[in-house]
Amino acid sequence: MAEHSQHPPVRTYLVVAAVLSVITAVEISVFYLTIFERVLAPVLIVLSAAKFSLVVMFFMHLKSDHRTFTGLFVGPLAIAILITLALMALFGAFVVAQP
Amino acid sequence: MSRGIRGWITTVDHKRIGILYGVSAFAFFLVGGIEALLIRLQLARPEGAFLSAGTYNELFTMHGTTMVFLAVMPLNAAFFNYVVPLMIGARDVAFPRLNALSYWIFLFGSLFLNASFFFGAAPNAGWFGYANLTAKQFSPGPNIDFWLLGLLILGISSLIAGFNFIVTILNMRAPGMNFMRLPVFVWMTLITQFLIILAFPTVTVGLIFLMFDRFFGTNFYNPAAGGNPLLWQHLFWLFGHPEVYILILPAMGIVSEVLPTFARKPLFGYPVVVYSGILIGFFGFGVWSHHMFTVGLGAVADSAFSIGTMLIGIPTGVKIFNWIATLWGGRIRFTTALWFALGFIAMFLMGGLSGIMHASPPVDMQQQDSYFVVAHLHYVLVGGSLFGLFAGIYYWWPKLTGRMLSERAGRWNFWLMFLGFNVTFFPMHFLGLMGMPRRIYTYAPGLGWDLWNLVSTVGVFILGLGILVFTGAAVASLRAGAPAPADPWDGRTLEWAVASPPPEYNFAEIPTVHHRDELWALKTGRVPREMAPPVPRELHLPPPSYYPILVAAGILVAATGALTHVALVVAGFLIVVFGVYAWAFEYRS
Amino acid sequence: MSSAHEATFGATGLDHRKMGVWAFLGSECMFFGSLIATYLVYKGKSAVGPHPHEILNIPLTSISTFVLLMSSLLMVLALAAVQRGDALGAKLWLFGTPFFGMIFLGFQVYEFRTFVSEGLTLQVNLFGASFFVLTGFHGAHVSVGVLWLLSLWVLALRNRLTRADSLLVEIAGLYWHFVDIVWIVIFTVVYLIQ
Repeated sequence: MAEHSQHPPVRTYLVVAAVLSVITAVEISVFYLTIFERVLAPVLIVLSAAKFSLVVMFFMHLKSDHRTFTGLFVGPLAIAILITLALMALFGAFVVAQP
Repeated sequence: MSRGIRGWITTVDHKRIGILYGVSAFAFFLVGGIEALLIRLQLARPEGAFLSAGTYNELFTMHGTTMVFLAVMPLNAAFFNYVVPLMIGARDVAFPRLNALSYWIFLFGSLFLNASFFFGAAPNAGWFGYANLTAKQFSPGPNIDFWLLGLLILGISSLIAGFNFIVTILNMRAPGMNFMRLPVFVWMTLITQFLIILAFPTVTVGLIFLMFDRFFGTNFYNPAAGGNPLLWQHLFWLFGHPEVYILILPAMGIVSEVLPTFARKPLFGYPVVVYSGILIGFFGFGVWSHHMFTVGLGAVADSAFSIGTMLIGIPTGVKIFNWIATLWGGRIRFTTALWFALGFIAMFLMGGLSGIMHASPPVDMQQQDSYFVVAHLHYVLVGGSLFGLFAGIYYWWPKLTGRMLSERAGRWNFWLMFLGFNVTFFPMHFLGLMGMPRRIYTYAPGLGWDLWNLVSTVGVFILGLGILVFTGAAVASLRAGAPAPADPWDGRTLEWAVASPPPEYNFAEIPTVHHRDELWALKTGRVPREMAPPVPRELHLPPPSYYPILVAAGILVAATGALTHVALVVAGFLIVVFGVYAWAFEYRS
Repeated sequence: MSSAHEATFGATGLDHRKMGVWAFLGSECMFFGSLIATYLVYKGKSAVGPHPHEILNIPLTSISTFVLLMSSLLMVLALAAVQRGDALGAKLWLFGTPFFGMIFLGFQVYEFRTFVSEGLTLQVNLFGASFFVLTGFHGAHVSVGVLWLLSLWVLALRNRLTRADSLLVEIAGLYWHFVDIVWIVIFTVVYLIQ
């Protein structure tokens, strides 16, 4: 089948897995290193978004697969993220606590 | 195709499943209608004593739940099933057995929900079941358990159907049927399915929390332990508002098919109607908190949701102008289907206008939980969805049954319903503005509410009479109606190219589409007519299967177990696992 | 599974089942989105302890996270093996993937038991309720995936999983990777950002 020929070779899979492992190691180190304490949340979010994207693009093949699949997944994902942020805002998660 | 009960139980034919959906939904519609009659009898006079307060609570809860989940949604599903594959030139849906599974889960969930009446424990916290009325502390009986388990089951049915129809529409269009040639009903179905698969998960999560609160003692909605009842409101309306569009978009699609056919003009501004539908669906996820202006979300949130709600009125209004412009200058044939479509435009417009009033928080705070809101939602859901569905019933009845419906009875049907509907619900605007709260089981005399309540009760009987006329006409048509030709209305879309009722395989040869109004184009010779093969070639149709009903039964057993004994939950789970494996290997030699 | 009737390619040239699974995963985004949103909304709202920082075991969960991540690698290796008709590789990786999944589940069972013994239950506070329901539903998804992949493994053992069936493996893989990326989010949001 034509679509299968586009799947990346095993070597790509191994490289992606290695990168994922490194990012995970960095995540855990960041968690323990006190110098990152003030920017902990943003750094961790960026790192996990990177992992998320790598798995989706290479292991789930969205990078090379038909755009219909990307639409079916990314659209709902965007709505889910927006709604999560909206709910957090509505429940006061982003309000700086008054002393 | 095997006939008899076994044939129906094991069928995977989209047309038969559509009929099953339609018949079941109409039966539940009658149940919900009787509940409405009882409610109105209780409210006809002040200090009514026809029903007890407790029974009244059960009736309005079940009326709302039934009409939304067991009547309008499955009536929509009946048309999705029957019409969509025909319109896109397909032989069936993408997953015929999953389609049967959706139906059986829907049926069992509906029966489960209504079984509560036999145990004297019908749900009684309103169709949106606000926390913490639903807490174990305030509702110790099984009433709420029936409701939450029933809705969880029905959600599974809708989700499965959603995936099925998305794939069907995206992937099973006939050659040449690109997205700008897709009939508007198919477009609205597609948008509705996306709304379903994105909205039902949130209410499912909300119901799961409620289930954990009630069964396992968590405190998701218990303020005494730091929980927040507003979480339920958010999760419910995150579903509940898209649900409003899930109920209305299919009716908009039906009307967009009926009007051009009977005005003998193509739909005015087809792309705009389609894009408006997409916009409505998209914005539908950003306006849920307009149901919650009175909880005090703060000025910023209220303003944002207010603006969003007013914006959503724009694409809706655009559609109304498109429908009117479709009629403009057309050679109009006043069939019953057209009358219902016209009724839809007028009544939905009124419901939409009162909806825009609620979009303003200060106005909404006056109207919240009053009969004004009851009037608004019935104008949208009865005057809107139901009138649209009746237009669809009259339009596609000949195709489904091979018989014509009496136009004479249809005219009586329409005018009785139109009159009864307005007499019932228009006075509710006044009642609401005079301060009558919804969901009270009785009221004192001398508040100025007596007259309009009586009028409203009279109206609901006229409305009921209209439904009765329809039921009689339907039975008469099935028994001795005039045989319907393949194309009784001079139709535009592919379903009218095949016999009434269509053969099991729908199309002997999958058609190639050249035009948005393909059949009109064919009939006027604007596109070449292809030679239809006299005998269908050997066709592979999916064989019937017992596993859909088996898996659905397993889910029912598990839900019953949640109310009785854990052993049944395990048994139900095992039935599902067995059914899924047997299903997966059914065709695998 | 594969059948003459359902394994058809449609107007887009894509397989119905693969498209259906992607639509399902979109819907699952909303499901887990709602669960994660609830966890975040209730963060710090628990009236009594235990609180996250007192109880979450980062070293332990780091290991289980890594195991689940590596199971995703085994999953794509399984797919590649089936696609090139490598029967031995298919048998090996189609067992390895759910085996790693089971290790992850074992860690989760151990974690849940430890938490309960340390006083964190569903009932004790909002953290317990939202944590157990979120991670519990994730665990349930992993369990379904384990059953699914083991079923494919049995087919492979009986040499009934040929190159023509690679789509079955690909679809199971999509589900499996999705469960993995949900955990990527949970690990960050629940465990690391306390």
